Amino acid sequence: MNDMTPTREQRTAALEGMGCKRKRVEDIRFTQGKGNYVDDVKLPGMLHGDFVRSPHPHARVKKIDDSEALKVPGVLAVITAETLKTVNLAWMPTLAGDVQMVLADGKVLFQNQEVAFVVATDRYAADDGINKVVVEYEPLPPLIDPFKSMDADAPVLREDLAGKTSGAHGPRKHHNHIFEWTVGDKELTDAAFKKAEVTIKEMISYHRTHPSPLETCQCVCSFDKIKGELTIYGTFQAPHVIRTVVSLIAKLPEQKIHVIAPDIGGGFGNKVGAYPGYICAAVASIVTGKPVKWVEDRIENLTATSFARDYHMTTEIAATKDGKVTGLRVHVLADHGAFDACADPSKWPAGFFNIVTGSYDFPTAHLAVDGVYTNKAPGGVAYRCSFRVTEAAYCIERAMDILAQKLNMDPAELRLKNFIKSEQFPYHSALGWEYDSGDYHTAMRKMMETTGYAALRKEQAEKRAAFARGETREIMGLGVSFFTEIVGAGPSKNCDILGIAMFDSCEIRMHPTGAGIARMGTKSQGQGHETTWAQIIATEIGIPADNIQVEEGNTDTAPYGLGTYGSRSTPVAGAAIAMAARKIKAKAQMIAAYKLEVHEDDLEWDIDGFRVKGLPEKFMSMKDICWAAYNSVPPGMEPGLEAVSYYDPPNMTYPFGAYLCVMDIDVDTGVYKVRRFYALDDCGTRINPMIIEGQVHGGLTEAFAIAMGQEIRYDETGNVVTGSFMDFFMPTAVETPHWETDFTVTPSPHHPIGAKGVGESPNVGGVPAFSNAVNDAFSFLGSTHIQMPHDYWRNWKAAKELGAVA
Amino acid sequence: MAKTHVTMKVNGAEVEGLVEPRTLLVHFIRENLQMTGTHIGCETTHCGACTVDIDGMSVKSCTMFAVQANGSDITTIEGMANADGTLSALQEGFRMMHGLQCGFCTPGMIMRAHRLLKENPSPSEQEIRMGISGNICRCTGYQNIVKAIQYAAAKINGVEFREAAE
Amino acid sequence: MIAPSPAGRDRPANVRALSAKDEWEETMIPGSFSYHRPASVADAVKLLSDLGEDARPLAGGHSLVPMMKLRLATPAHLVDLHGIAGLKGIRRDGNNLVIGAMTTQHDLLASDEVGKSVPILNEAALLIADPQVRYRGTIGGNVANGDPGNDMPALMMTLGATYRLEGPGGAREVAAAEFYQGAYFTALEPGEILTSISVPVPPAGHGYAYEKLKRKVGDYATAAAAVVLTMAGDKVATCTIGLTNVHETPLLAADAANAVIGTSLDATSLKNAAAAAEAIMSPAADARGPVEYRKHVGGIMVTRALQRAAANTK
Repeated sequence: MNDMTPTREQRTAALEGMGCKRKRVEDIRFTQGKGNYVDDVKLPGMLHGDFVRSPHPHARVKKIDDSEALKVPGVLAVITAETLKTVNLAWMPTLAGDVQMVLADGKVLFQNQEVAFVVATDRYAADDGINKVVVEYEPLPPLIDPFKSMDADAPVLREDLAGKTSGAHGPRKHHNHIFEWTVGDKELTDAAFKKAEVTIKEMISYHRTHPSPLETCQCVCSFDKIKGELTIYGTFQAPHVIRTVVSLIAKLPEQKIHVIAPDIGGGFGNKVGAYPGYICAAVASIVTGKPVKWVEDRIENLTATSFARDYHMTTEIAATKDGKVTGLRVHVLADHGAFDACADPSKWPAGFFNIVTGSYDFPTAHLAVDGVYTNKAPGGVAYRCSFRVTEAAYCIERAMDILAQKLNMDPAELRLKNFIKSEQFPYHSALGWEYDSGDYHTAMRKMMETTGYAALRKEQAEKRAAFARGETREIMGLGVSFFTEIVGAGPSKNCDILGIAMFDSCEIRMHPTGAGIARMGTKSQGQGHETTWAQIIATEIGIPADNIQVEEGNTDTAPYGLGTYGSRSTPVAGAAIAMAARKIKAKAQMIAAYKLEVHEDDLEWDIDGFRVKGLPEKFMSMKDICWAAYNSVPPGMEPGLEAVSYYDPPNMTYPFGAYLCVMDIDVDTGVYKVRRFYALDDCGTRINPMIIEGQVHGGLTEAFAIAMGQEIRYDETGNVVTGSFMDFFMPTAVETPHWETDFTVTPSPHHPIGAKGVGESPNVGGVPAFSNAVNDAFSFLGSTHIQMPHDYWRNWKAAKELGAVA
Repeated sequence: MAKTHVTMKVNGAEVEGLVEPRTLLVHFIRENLQMTGTHIGCETTHCGACTVDIDGMSVKSCTMFAVQANGSDITTIEGMANADGTLSALQEGFRMMHGLQCGFCTPGMIMRAHRLLKENPSPSEQEIRMGISGNICRCTGYQNIVKAIQYAAAKINGVEFREAAE
Repeated sequence: MIAPSPAGRDRPANVRALSAKDEWEETMIPGSFSYHRPASVADAVKLLSDLGEDARPLAGGHSLVPMMKLRLATPAHLVDLHGIAGLKGIRRDGNNLVIGAMTTQHDLLASDEVGKSVPILNEAALLIADPQVRYRGTIGGNVANGDPGNDMPALMMTLGATYRLEGPGGAREVAAAEFYQGAYFTALEPGEILTSISVPVPPAGHGYAYEKLKRKVGDYATAAAAVVLTMAGDKVATCTIGLTNVHETPLLAADAANAVIGTSLDATSLKNAAAAAEAIMSPAADARGPVEYRKHVGGIMVTRALQRAAANTK
């Protein structure tokens, strides 16, 4: 070999494959303002639609008078439920098996509900029109508190369900009841509690919040009357699902519907569902024959489109007095708002909340979830979360701290004592999951050592003593969180959306020059798929990532996939990519064997091509194989080098992590300061460490916001009091803490490349870390549990109730 | 409502248009000028996605009328690349330091950072955090945005960029 | 039904009165209006007088434009004051600092004169909104629109500033302390605009502090206190205290100030001052906290501002 021959390291580096901190290809356009987001789409003759919304949380709609609105220059049409009834679209099915009004049909059930859709030549004229639509309401008593939903005298919210004693998920107990979902062995669990030496019980609430990506939900619908085709540009995390849903509810042939999700400005679960705006824009386009754009504003986004959480979890743990857990019992009251529009896999009315046993070896557990209606916005989306996993992780992580406090044990020590041991994997949980892999003790100990946990506890003890002596008004809290996620929905045996199994897909086409294009059923909203998907392919087939074009979001060209949410892209589509690449590689091996005149079995893979075993100079690069695939394939073989994989995962993946938050709180004002935040994540094989770290930073920032104040709050009259970015806590760079990240690597045994997914881990694990820090700070004053969000005034209130403030 | 004729310089080029007095500057830029890099995130002057540079000031273009910008000199994200089309120091910093994810806040963030560095060529981390506090990012947690701006400052100042110790 | 406004508060009564509709609509586009850009104060005054209550002056626009987008304000005419050259600038006039109404918060921050002679204005300006808003937001708009959440009014009262108001009947001076009558209600008469603010420069070596508790950058104060004082030895010689966002108008806390004059800011005096300040507060319960909390932290802001002001006297 001469000096010019690249070394193995250089050849590997040139690929920019897995493990490389590859810079993102997306950034070239995004940093120059050349992204193409939905509101950037402009079609000839395009109209604009916007909603008249209800100021009332619960009222009868007596009359809608659009006569003055139709006189406004530029206003072309006002669509109401009566209009929609002519095409049978006044109501639409939800992903959770309920139905939802597209436009108010006789009644409104939450503040800012969609009442009429004004279509005009531009957004200015549309808003002028909105101002002239006169709606006559007869206010009805609002039902805001979910704990009163099933009172005997509670107002009837859903008159459409009168007499229906069962819903999509079984029997209904009350006119405002949606479902009851139970998992686990009740008898065994009750028995464990009967003989328990120690028990704790606490009602742990996870308040209503909202994903609120910086770009709101929006679409442009364009119906071509001649061809009978509907094209929809939209902010869709799952474009293929949207195509199927539109086909089913609008009765349009699926091949006549083209769904395009262009660049998306963040999703966080907000953009999974189907919203009235999409339906109305589509109907408006059919009615007017023109393209119609609908762009939600921020207040609409916060108040009407898909809240998250609102779970009220009465949690009990049974344990021995030396701190071994023996049973878990949880009852959840789930506030679903006016319609059950949860975005969960169809058979899972409470998502994967049954991961609530967490990282601990509970011999038995029982869970019951009651879903109820209130006069609040519908939704229940997974805000950077795999279907209620955040609620479950918060529930168990808070409860373990409460148990530690009762046992007078260190919370980290209690966790170490109860972790599922590495030799127990695959582990079957009491609530039905098979955890694929984990090494919890190693991760926890690494966190404790790196942060100097023992020293921090010592400092805390000193500060508490100083506080007792009146020398400081500051209290210190250590928030430990050890979470196990369940992501990668999911195996067809237990996961589907409207009957479609939750596989995902990849198609790779290699071109003669050694470049290629890869298309997936997923859709990045900022995760950087164009960068990382190419890295998987680069490592698998030895073609530089720069030579692989990744394309997502166009249902005409991409293979069918279930989309991006619930940290499913890497576990499911990531696997499909590897499997498709391996099909390419298998064919490439046959071509190489033919060209090198040896048997396939005599070849070995070597970074970027095949080499004849024992004859290092006989080598054919993948680039050359691509060329050969188009001119000299073995006799009988079809030319070309393409592959498609549809991957049905055998199991979920179970990322985990150990987090620590160190917080100081001024009891006089309730003002807190996050002194330090350490996050160790184990997401299995790491494809792009730079992007993983970015995902962790972002998720932690969301967790910080949620735990410390980010709340969709209703007053008792049903008015949303946190409807803009002034009051919905959206931290800036000034409030946001500094993040320290770390990792361990426990590859998934069943995933082709061992990856588990990471996007949601920091939100899931971060919220309990912050909340535990606050609760830990106050615990020595006698509290066991303080509800989130922990904003300043609530911290002060806690201090006052505990006697720390006069 | 009668329309008003406005002229202004945008990214070095003279532009003109007819606008209603109520036309917001951000809509004039996005709809009339068809420069869609400037985004709308909140409409209530909180998120900063619509930030542009007007006569040496960072301005949220959702809270100003186009008629008010008559005669002014505006730079938007489309005017930020180097003359030869390569990424400017800030754009490169955002890419190198992974200072963006979904990209929606990025144009406003870069426009704000541009003016910040003009006024304070070597800001401390705290000054950067204060300096971009009118811009909300939902993806990055700001840490890498701070690094991106530090990277750009170093490059503009011709000094070696050292990542802050973790 | 009260809807969320951009300020996250109930819509103010006079803004509501400007709206032709009684029912709130969910919009983000302003209603139509005619735009006027006078070149002189006289022209502005004439326009505002002639057009009557359908006209509103437009300064930085960061309070008015969001209200217009929600159509909580629907003026038929906007009189933009940006074309009036004489309204901008900061100058020293004897023992007074005279600040033109269209001077922005950014200008204040950039001014050496402000930093030297009335540094509390500098400190407070940095706590207003965010950098972009400070480039546009004017001191005149901040003090004149009567929003109890604005920071500058309490400061101006604390500093004993006077406002120059020019209207169809000529010019007059009104003390900041006499200007605020209720939330969004001020001494401004129809057709009048506030053209400048005259701030008496506090004595050299005075102590000052503006303590503002807020949830995040861009938020209004949960409670805030301004203190300007002088010391004679270790005793407080003179003291003025102003309060922001704890009442429908900014407040001067005279009893609180009296409670510390002549003291060395010992624990008892500080406690008395906080109690006296809390006694005149009547904040609204909102997302920033219940009434009791906002008063309590209001008292703490007073205490902290007094301590810091005393510490930075020279």
